[in-house]
Amino acid sequence: MRNVFPILTVVAAIVLLWYAGAVWMNSAWTLDRADGPLSFGEVVRDTMSQDRPRLPAPHQIGAELYDTVIDKAVTSKRSLVFHGWVTLRSTLTGFALGTIMGILMAVAVVYSRTASMTLMPWAIISQTIPIVAIAPMIIVLLASIGVEGRAVPKAIISAYLCYFPVLVGMVKGLRSPDAMQLDLMRTYNASASQAFWKLRLPSSVPYLFTSLKVGIAAALVGTIVGELPTGAIRGLGARILIGDQFGNPIMIWSALIAAAVLAGVLVSLVAVMQGVAMKRMGFAR
Amino acid sequence: MSVIEASDLGLTFQTNDGPVHALSKIGLTVEKGDFVSFIGPSGCGKTTFLRCIAALETPTEGTLTVNGMTADEARRNRAYGYVFQAAGLYPWRTIAGNVRLPLEIMGYSKAEMSERVKRVLDLVDLAGFEKKYPWQLSGGMQQRASIARALAFDADILLMDEPFGALDEIVRDHLNEQLLKLWDRTEKTIAFVTHSIPEAVYLSTRIVVMSPRPGRITDVIESPLPKERPLDIRDSTEFLEVAHRVREGLRAGHAYDE
Repeated sequence: MRNVFPILTVVAAIVLLWYAGAVWMNSAWTLDRADGPLSFGEVVRDTMSQDRPRLPAPHQIGAELYDTVIDKAVTSKRSLVFHGWVTLRSTLTGFALGTIMGILMAVAVVYSRTASMTLMPWAIISQTIPIVAIAPMIIVLLASIGVEGRAVPKAIISAYLCYFPVLVGMVKGLRSPDAMQLDLMRTYNASASQAFWKLRLPSSVPYLFTSLKVGIAAALVGTIVGELPTGAIRGLGARILIGDQFGNPIMIWSALIAAAVLAGVLVSLVAVMQGVAMKRMGFAR
Repeated sequence: MSVIEASDLGLTFQTNDGPVHALSKIGLTVEKGDFVSFIGPSGCGKTTFLRCIAALETPTEGTLTVNGMTADEARRNRAYGYVFQAAGLYPWRTIAGNVRLPLEIMGYSKAEMSERVKRVLDLVDLAGFEKKYPWQLSGGMQQRASIARALAFDADILLMDEPFGALDEIVRDHLNEQLLKLWDRTEKTIAFVTHSIPEAVYLSTRIVVMSPRPGRITDVIESPLPKERPLDIRDSTEFLEVAHRVREGLRAGHAYDE
């Protein structure tokens, strides 16, 4: 509970700054429309309630979130729960795909010098290419080989961002046993697969979970980016795009907040899984 | 019957600064049931020699047999248990799980495993700690668990590389006493690397004194001490005489004004 006070202080400071920013940024539009001179109070009141504010005030986003999350039926195209679910599904698929890819590649890199020299440079290059440039190509390519719909391409784009932290973390994790522990395996005349399952893999678990926390956030970003340039009409990315096209900042911001909350929940879930796994494996003290 | 036989053994590491002679002309025979200590300053090759016996290093000259086979054949036959300087227990395994590790690798049956785990944990006085994790144990207890791990399978040679080097003297005395009892009960052949003169004299039937550059044997001392050794034997004249001879050997082989 000791942490609550400092956290709330920071939140309050952000909200205050936000309100100040809203007044400052939205006042131009208020003054443009004014027939005569306005008092400061009148300006502030107007900046808080514009339909298309440059920077929506927090309570406007709160109201929009309440409307689109709580009030709307979850099956409605205007419900953020519906769009969030679409994004979540792709994120989790991409996360699973990326994690498996990352782990398999890490095993290859650790056990084969050739793989290490050929895979790693490409893995690094893959992360320097802007995902927005690659995303449309993935969709076009998949469509041309007959993959319909948005779900698969989105998951692949998501996996594309997600596998890298897993790969890097797992390579480090699988290489974490020291010379003495490897020697010990040698004194038992353990086979390579025994050394993998009994030493390298368990040693890598703490590294894996750290990577998964980065990976799941990357998977979410990947999904949202995958929804942006592809003309999707469902998902949080699509909400952002539609909000942009229709000049509706409140919609953009509420989708952003929803995405941020979703990311927070996902990372926390992985952290909880990490806690349970570490405790069961005896790492926790 | 001799268990370990080395003759004219040499090991030269090729480094960027030229060849390093880690071992040179090592000749030694270890009989079954011996407790042999290797003592010498750092760089004398005592650990390297132990690692050669374990086939963790490959000698570049001479011959070395373990149980009548080459060292690597002996390793593949699981002829020895090795205790490292650090306990090196797996943090994700309980104490019982750690002791079970070699048994799992060697494919013992479930019943056999639990029987052996219980027996060796009793042997090192760790009964009741089966379900604890390594971090819940003191350093001395962890090292005892690692000895239990090396005893769990049927190797009649125990190779120990400064196993008590990181422990304080009180714990070390206690473990030395326990190790002697254990050696007496299990009748294993023990090769023990140390840099402590009292430890070497207290434990061993033979003390091998080594010196560096190149790593070689300068003296082999047969201990006149009886097999039964209470801790206060260390104040006896015989003990002090052997200790003195070891010290002389170390001094002769190592010029301190270098």
